[in-house]
Amino acid sequence: MKKVSLEFVVGLFLIVGLSAIVYLSVVVSGISGFGSDGYQLSAKFENSSGLKRGAVIEIAGVKIGQVESIELDSETQESMVWMSIDSGVEIQDDAVASIRTAGIIGDKFIKVSTGGGDPLVDGDEIIETEPSISIEELVSKYMFDT
Amino acid sequence: MFRLIKLIGSSTILFVEELGRFTDFLYQVIKSIFSRPFGGRDLIKQLEFIGARSMSIIILSGLFTGMVLALLFYSVLTRLGSVDLMGSAVGLSLIQELGPVMAAIMVIARVGSSTCAEIAIMRNEQQFDALTCMAVNPYRFVMVPRFLAAIISVPLLTAIFNVVGIFGGYIVGVYLKGLSGTLYLQNLIDKIGWEELRMSVIKSFVFAVIFIWISMAKGFFVHFEKGVSGAEAVSLVTTKAVVASAIAMLFADYISNSFLI
Repeated sequence: MKKVSLEFVVGLFLIVGLSAIVYLSVVVSGISGFGSDGYQLSAKFENSSGLKRGAVIEIAGVKIGQVESIELDSETQESMVWMSIDSGVEIQDDAVASIRTAGIIGDKFIKVSTGGGDPLVDGDEIIETEPSISIEELVSKYMFDT
Repeated sequence: MFRLIKLIGSSTILFVEELGRFTDFLYQVIKSIFSRPFGGRDLIKQLEFIGARSMSIIILSGLFTGMVLALLFYSVLTRLGSVDLMGSAVGLSLIQELGPVMAAIMVIARVGSSTCAEIAIMRNEQQFDALTCMAVNPYRFVMVPRFLAAIISVPLLTAIFNVVGIFGGYIVGVYLKGLSGTLYLQNLIDKIGWEELRMSVIKSFVFAVIFIWISMAKGFFVHFEKGVSGAEAVSLVTTKAVVASAIAMLFADYISNSFLI
């Protein structure tokens, strides 16, 4: 009886522990999307301050993808943002990507306003962008540009 | 003055000696992991002691930690008007910091003390000498099952702590404070990625190695304690082992934070 209960207790512990790890990794951190079946778009922003990898991309408030990487484009000295867009979502070539903030202290995200042109495919660029609004810049503009 | 300098010198020498002994101890334990026979039965026994029997205390403390976090973040976040960040605030602080640290402290208090005392008494009764006489490797026979059980159990216990804590926060946030449950979970899922989770697992693994190493080595070298012997020495090293494990764990926590964040 004692033997059985020892093994049972250890087995129970391992099952509970492993399922906690699986729960955390699959549900909470959402790593189920290995090799996501979306496509990649790029966009150049004048200023992407505060935007981070993994930030949400929205159309009309609905999440349609996330930011894959942010790097400096050395030719234009602009911020080059690569976005992974869920497959099945069409973004037209005259869409506008703008960086917005959720609430006052919330995270930055990219809002895409759809257009009416031809749909973009993997590797294309969203030409029209709006940079993130910097409150410091706005204040200094009003203070010093008289 | 002269005595002060002498004191500094002697304690430094003692510290360096102890460090050398402990490092050799860890090397012997790790080397013995790969030696035959592999004591599966002993490993299961230790898993039961270190892991399974810690589960109730971990679930209880995880639940209350999550609930307290949710209360605290609720009062702060309502003032800022961003109470919808509650899920990620509770989840991030649990997974990155409080989960590994609190779980390790609970396990140190429960397992570190008893392991150290047990091994120190075995040393006092000269059981290790007896094992060596019979050509049984005491590291293989006594230390390796505890070591392996600790480094398997602590990451699992930390994961349980995290999950229970998140649901503790859910209880307070959703049932007591009236937040939206979907919002809480969605915010948590959006903000927590693989990197935070990896940090939690690496930290708990490092903490497990540190605490079981210090507890076992303190007990194993009980006869090196100056001026005390017998039962008094056992009680002294047990206290020392718990304090040293907790401090070393918090120090390692700082180091791993500065490397992993």
